[in-house]
Amino acid sequence: MSFSLYVEVLIQGVLTGLVYGLMALGLSVIFGVVRVVNFAHGEFAVLAMYAAFILFGLFHLDPIVASLPIAAAFFVVGYMLQRTVVQPFVTRPQHEQFILLVGLSIVIVNALLLTFGPESKHTDLSYSFDSYSLGAVLVDKARVYGAAAALVVTTALFAFFRYTLTGAAIRAAADNLTGAAVVGLDVKRLYAISFGVGLACVGAAGSIMMALTDMTPMLGPSLTLLAFTIVIVGGLGSMAGALFGGMLIGVAEALASVIASPSIKSMVSFSLLVLVLALRPQGLFGKAEA
Amino acid sequence: MLVVENLDLCYGDAQALAGVSLEVRQGAVVAIVGANGAGKTSLIRAIAGILKPKRGRILFRGQNIAGLESHRVCNLGIGQVAEGRQVFPTLTVHENLLMGAMIPRAKKRRAENLDRMLALFPRLRERTGQAAGTLSGGEQQMLAIARCLMGEPELVMFDEPSLGLSPAMAQAVLDTIVDLNRQGLSCLLVEQNVAASLELASDAYVLENGAITLSGTGAALLADDRVRQAYLGM
Ligand SMILES: Nc1ncnc2c1ncn2[C@@H]1O[C@H](COP(=O)(O)OP(=O)(O)OP(=O)(O)O)[C@@H](O)[C@H]1O
Ligand SMILES: [Mg+2]
Repeated sequence: MSFSLYVEVLIQGVLTGLVYGLMALGLSVIFGVVRVVNFAHGEFAVLAMYAAFILFGLFHLDPIVASLPIAAAFFVVGYMLQRTVVQPFVTRPQHEQFILLVGLSIVIVNALLLTFGPESKHTDLSYSFDSYSLGAVLVDKARVYGAAAALVVTTALFAFFRYTLTGAAIRAAADNLTGAAVVGLDVKRLYAISFGVGLACVGAAGSIMMALTDMTPMLGPSLTLLAFTIVIVGGLGSMAGALFGGMLIGVAEALASVIASPSIKSMVSFSLLVLVLALRPQGLFGKAEA
Repeated sequence: MLVVENLDLCYGDAQALAGVSLEVRQGAVVAIVGANGAGKTSLIRAIAGILKPKRGRILFRGQNIAGLESHRVCNLGIGQVAEGRQVFPTLTVHENLLMGAMIPRAKKRRAENLDRMLALFPRLRERTGQAAGTLSGGEQQMLAIARCLMGEPELVMFDEPSLGLSPAMAQAVLDTIVDLNRQGLSCLLVEQNVAASLELASDAYVLENGAITLSGTGAALLADDRVRQAYLGM
């Protein structure tokens, strides 16, 4: 295989990885703040893909552009969901939270199957098969646009957590819950915002993915698993870790599918997961538990 | 200003408070004295709305606040300098202070209060950009006090504010409390240095196994044989 092919695969992997990273970031934010694992994360990504598919069908809206309104809508959904369904489970044992969210994922998948059927769907964009060429290296246009959009959303999120008072209050609640209650932070509201932000990430990422791949209702579990792998490799609760983990998994999977075969993709990312868990259980960017 | 009536509190089956009643008058310093595990922190957390009492009333300016959520209690003007300081370790000193002013009552004068706090605690001014977790114990206690004052409280509950501090730092914390009280702040004080807290206090209560067993003026309890034996080692 030629050198330029490796460069190409590497770049494609990083670009796809940024979109994966954005999806995983949502899982990481929800877990890092609310301490609930969103087992329906991949199903929400699929839901966003359908939303993007429908918007494309109705208004010919580019899924990458649609990622913004879909993220906004998902924020509202996440906020309401935390306020109504998830909040009562925050102080319950983990296996009860697990049942709640797995139950939710099953509802989503079956609702999608009932409404849209099991067929795979895709969007035909004018630039779907275009690419930029850098010498001998070809890079898909769609991936470049998708990665750029993912970066924009991620940067906005970093800025929100870093520079706004609400962002600081969310970090405070994640840092010291007793301290948050002591100073009178409205923790339930902050949890709702965090769940909303988490779903906004997966909403934007799912919508962007609609421009990159085909989609079926059954894609959910594998995306949930993908997000888990990324978050654990990058380090639970670390935003930079989720993004870096996304790129790492993106590159690893892309390389594996050209060197060996596409079907070996998940094996490579799980091997990476096992390796990280064995050598650095807190993840690449995670802090060791005291 | 604050009246607690017949408060019961349980952790599961274990009763932590049984029929606790006390009063903090406007402008007073009221001390609570009790051994480890007596229920002092539980009492403060129940008043703050962090723990839900099983029975009893907590009246603040005549309004029953028992069972109210903690952020609402805070917004009424009841602040807390909690046991173990409870700063936000990864947030900067500046951000920690701002978190004290997130309640609606304190939003308007946030910038003004921030300047006031940095003038009051110069050691914090030098460290505004530093993560709170990197401060010394004494500095963290100053931060916890300043953060609480950012919320413009009328009553502050101090839970062992000098625990783990050097003698000089502990004295500085107690002096700060005296100063704040002179400026009109009402205080509920739980302090391991029982002699010092009874000297400051206009009124005091002894809490044993979750129940009030003795009460009186600070001076009276300081002279009481039972208190001297049990808490002052005399
Ligand atoms: N979260 C909890 N769950 C169960 N029991 C608790 C909990 N917190 C405190 N207790 C129990 O309630 C009782 C009162 O504890 P509390 O912390 O209020 O005492 P305290 O007077 O503040 O003690 P200290 O001087 O050690 O701070 C103790 O018996 C303690 O073991
Ligand atoms: Mg205590």
